[in-house]
Amino acid sequence: MAIVFEKTRGLTDVPTHYCPGCTHGIVHRLVGEVLEELEVLDKAIGIAPVGCAVLAYNYFNCDMHEAAHGRAPAVATGIKRVLPDNFVFTYQGDGDLASIGTAEIVHAAHRGEKISTIFINNAIYGMTGGQMAPTTLIGQKATTAPYGRDEAHSGKPIRMSELLATIDGAKFVERVTVTTPAHVRKAKRAIKECFELQIQGKGFGIVEVLSTCPTNWGLTPEESLRWLEDNMIPYYPLGNIKRIKEDD
Amino acid sequence: MSKVLMKGNEAIGAAAIEAGCKYFFGYPITPQSELPEYMSKKLPEIGGVFLQAESEVAAINMVYGAAGTGARVMTSSSSPGMALKQEGISYIAGAELPCVIVNIMRGGPGLGGIQPSQTDYFQATRGGGNGDYRHVVLAPANVQELVDLIIEGFDIADQYRNPVMVVGDGMMGQMMEPVEFKPPKKRDLPTKDWATTGTEGKRKPNIINSLYLSPEELEKHNIKLQAKYEKMKENEVKVESFNIEEADIVIAAYGTTSRIARTAIAQLEEEGYKVGLIRPITLWPYPYDEFKKINKNCRGILTVEMNTGQMTDDIKIAVEGRHPVHFYGRTGGMAPTPGEIIEKVKEIYGGEA
Repeated sequence: MAIVFEKTRGLTDVPTHYCPGCTHGIVHRLVGEVLEELEVLDKAIGIAPVGCAVLAYNYFNCDMHEAAHGRAPAVATGIKRVLPDNFVFTYQGDGDLASIGTAEIVHAAHRGEKISTIFINNAIYGMTGGQMAPTTLIGQKATTAPYGRDEAHSGKPIRMSELLATIDGAKFVERVTVTTPAHVRKAKRAIKECFELQIQGKGFGIVEVLSTCPTNWGLTPEESLRWLEDNMIPYYPLGNIKRIKEDD
Repeated sequence: MSKVLMKGNEAIGAAAIEAGCKYFFGYPITPQSELPEYMSKKLPEIGGVFLQAESEVAAINMVYGAAGTGARVMTSSSSPGMALKQEGISYIAGAELPCVIVNIMRGGPGLGGIQPSQTDYFQATRGGGNGDYRHVVLAPANVQELVDLIIEGFDIADQYRNPVMVVGDGMMGQMMEPVEFKPPKKRDLPTKDWATTGTEGKRKPNIINSLYLSPEELEKHNIKLQAKYEKMKENEVKVESFNIEEADIVIAAYGTTSRIARTAIAQLEEEGYKVGLIRPITLWPYPYDEFKKINKNCRGILTVEMNTGQMTDDIKIAVEGRHPVHFYGRTGGMAPTPGEIIEKVKEIYGGEA
């Protein structure tokens, strides 16, 4: 019988700790598949964040470095500057990238570091138990925003991809999601294009993945997918925000 | 090799390059900026990388990444900047990576001032970051020793897979003295088979990490780290001393203040006072045992520092109540004069020699 599907060599056999319905697992698989398909797995070094994906170093089947909260782009910079021919990627959540690590991600993009970033935006702090993130939507409840996020008090949610796209050093910026098979395929295409950019040595690339957090949203996995589509996509529009033209 | 005249901050850079350091990540701050400036000029010439980070926090985390690849890497800063690096230093110690970190100290607290000081003794020796970690702290007293200790520092870091800190002050960073570059004593350095350089499909993935969610595992990791720190205590103590077996008073001082103390001691000798010196070269591990050599009739130990007496604690631990411990220091960027030290020594004598 013909084999129609195999687990990617980009992931280890370690069972993940992610909650049922969380989309981290899908994104991990896509990253693993792309690393394998682009034949960079054996020279890849991944940077795990602080947050739900802190244990990503157990899941990606390549050399891994666990960073301090928000500092993954700085750690990646140190690695890439020593090993320019290796493939270096960071995998970060919204607390890590959009809050405590804003300086590091902005300046990695600003320097045009030849690294790739996967940015998981689920509009909440997952690992610490559902606190408000910079990406939490207006009116969305969180354990540190029990009355719902109030613009007058906490500002509007930050759109990191749009912000990073304004920086010259950022050469590829795309926002995707993984709520349907069609979206999963689009997400994989974006990750592949982002990673190819690094292989071609063209600069900094980031893929933001709108993700679910059923546990801290207090919804079922299926309800979470609908909530994401109904509430997050209108505020965080999907699609390519920036890519360099062929002649750049 | 003949001697060359070099400014302290530049000599640090030259020594690091001599030791095979090709990577430097830093952020400007007075009074150490000549060092990153020097590295920005020299490292590209030897195929290395100098990178000015967006902050000290980013710089130390770049060091964390680069050290993970097994490369010899360095960063430097001055007191307020060094405070920001503590997060990264704790991670580097926890993940057991080698690197050399230089602190050219200035007055504090807060923004403090830009003049020379030794106010980061606690920060350097007690671990400014979180967790039960230690690192060797080297405190040179002249530019030649600065060069020697930077070169040896990289070997110490590699031997123990641990960060090494070198502390100086603005005076040492700015002063010019003749130096020569000599290889350090030979050490058996372990291979860096833990480095993240890509598996090349030939080995299992390497993981650089300081997270242990299981308390049993984290305790085990800490016990292993402590055993390593004990080895450092056994093998890495450096100290210079003189006259301590016959002295009536022993001055304890490191770095710049040890030089001022020497001038004071020479003058006191001429006046008939018997004064010795203990100069810790490693502030951690501290040379506690050296204080046991002090004669039992010694009237007291005087620590002289450019702070408000931070080393006093270590001296009290060292003398275990055998001798009274006194302090004289200036702070805020002021340096004690030989005259002030002489006056304090005479005060402890309580009369003529």
